[in-house]
Amino acid sequence: MNSAAPEISLEARALRKSFGGLTATDDLSLSAIRGEIHAVIGPNGAGKTTLVHLLSGMLKPDAGEILFEGRDITRLSAPARVNQGLARSFQITSIFREFTVLENVMLSVQAGQGHSFRFWRPAAHDESLRAPGRELLERVGLGDRTDVKAGNLAHGEQRQLEIAISLATKPSFLLLDEPMAGMGQEESQGMIDFLKALKGDYTMLLIEHDMDAVFALADRITVLVYGRAITTGTPDEIRNDPSVRAAYLGEEAV
Amino acid sequence: MNVREHIKSPANILTIIVVGLCGVVPFLAPALGEPFYVLVFARIMIWAIAAVSLNLIMGYGGMISFGHAVYLGIGGYAIGILAFHGITSAWIQWPVAIGACAVISLIFGAISLRTRGVYFIMITLALAQMLFFLSVSAERYGSDDGLTILSRSDFGVSFFSLEDNTTMYYTIFAFLLASVFISWKLIHSRFGVVMRAAKSNDTRVQAVGVSTYRYRLTAFVIAGVMCGIAGLLQANFERFVSPDMMNWPRSGELIFMVVLGGMSTLFGPVTGAFVFLMLSEILSTWTIHWHIIFGPFLVLVVIFARGGIASLLTPRSSRE
Repeated sequence: MNSAAPEISLEARALRKSFGGLTATDDLSLSAIRGEIHAVIGPNGAGKTTLVHLLSGMLKPDAGEILFEGRDITRLSAPARVNQGLARSFQITSIFREFTVLENVMLSVQAGQGHSFRFWRPAAHDESLRAPGRELLERVGLGDRTDVKAGNLAHGEQRQLEIAISLATKPSFLLLDEPMAGMGQEESQGMIDFLKALKGDYTMLLIEHDMDAVFALADRITVLVYGRAITTGTPDEIRNDPSVRAAYLGEEAV
Repeated sequence: MNVREHIKSPANILTIIVVGLCGVVPFLAPALGEPFYVLVFARIMIWAIAAVSLNLIMGYGGMISFGHAVYLGIGGYAIGILAFHGITSAWIQWPVAIGACAVISLIFGAISLRTRGVYFIMITLALAQMLFFLSVSAERYGSDDGLTILSRSDFGVSFFSLEDNTTMYYTIFAFLLASVFISWKLIHSRFGVVMRAAKSNDTRVQAVGVSTYRYRLTAFVIAGVMCGIAGLLQANFERFVSPDMMNWPRSGELIFMVVLGGMSTLFGPVTGAFVFLMLSEILSTWTIHWHIIFGPFLVLVVIFARGGIASLLTPRSSRE
């Protein structure tokens, strides 16, 4: 990437999405800067999940546009966005439970190698799928669990696999929907260290409830309330912002 | 997996027995004074091909088609109608039958795969019944009474004639083996991985960048064509087609054969078809009210052997 390339990786401009009378996303704009971790926080019902769906392409906005690496992707389908390098993980662990750990990531590797209209040769022994899969699992710390059924992994490991599946698509951008969901203190710390290690290699948008994780990881934080971005700033700015304290942090400080 | 251990499991021994029986029945049955069983086994194998094709989309792809028998009808009627008009060459009949199944399954799949779950079941049923009623109303081709086929598909060569019953039988047998072999290759290919993954978690497959619709549709068409081949074999074997072969109870029976034998197992549909048809054959010789026994049996299998016969014969310890 040359130095003249725009610094912004993913940009949402004036996104709006309503469900019946409920406006879940209201005139929302945000910019994720390349190489940074941009966190989005907000109380329950603030529209975080809707934002993830809009950015990943599972929902289409009523108004506004989404730019990724300078291209308008507003109308692209979810799979097409992944092929452009925008991968996501899920809040509720979304893995192939009947597949082995290695098979889970091999599918992503396969998806990254073009179409799968190949009907004859067995995929399971294909080294061009196995080798990158093993390498990735090694990297995320699941190297000794390759042949275990994904459904039999511990919760924390499943969360790691969840992200490994996304990483295997070779994205430049990771949309992380509550990666610490359902984790204990220790597991959360493990995930924080894991994401820290990925920092720099990927631009990340981190949707998260766990405030310790957000302040430990984020370069920039956007606060979402009732579908609106009320403010964006560095962790220090957000911590000291009175409107944020009132709208959000206040709830927990009581 | 250890291949030798795999073969030794009771479910696979049953499979080997069933397939082996299919292979020797033309010699064994007359020798035992029961030539009628050649007929029974040919029918079992035709249904088994149809069940294998359904298992491909239902067992491995999660698409519960409740109208799969329609392709038996399309394949069968393609032969019947062409023969009615005096076209008996297999080189015309078979491509037409296969092509018709491909086109219809492409259209039906394109429509029904936009839905999920119970809606998919209902739409496949509705589309299939549409063609069923079309065949009922086709007076020229016999309506309800069906259409008799005077001569079987003619390959135009002296050494291979379906008019010879043994040749007919082993042609069916060869197609059965081919359908299982093709299923086996398909489900382990990259295509099959996508299909199985989409059954397990479709949203996730999309989230790694694969539009699953095209793959599901392709699988739907492959299964439709495979079932259509069972239909054209059935028309040839029975020398008869009727609307009944694509009526919805036939689709239901196909689902049952797959579930009975073991969904998502390679040979499950074959043993399923075997047990289903043999049991109905045997029970119906005992009493005309054989459905009273057969119905509860099927219910019990569903309740107590959720993985079908394949799971009943697999030791509990080695189940996942």
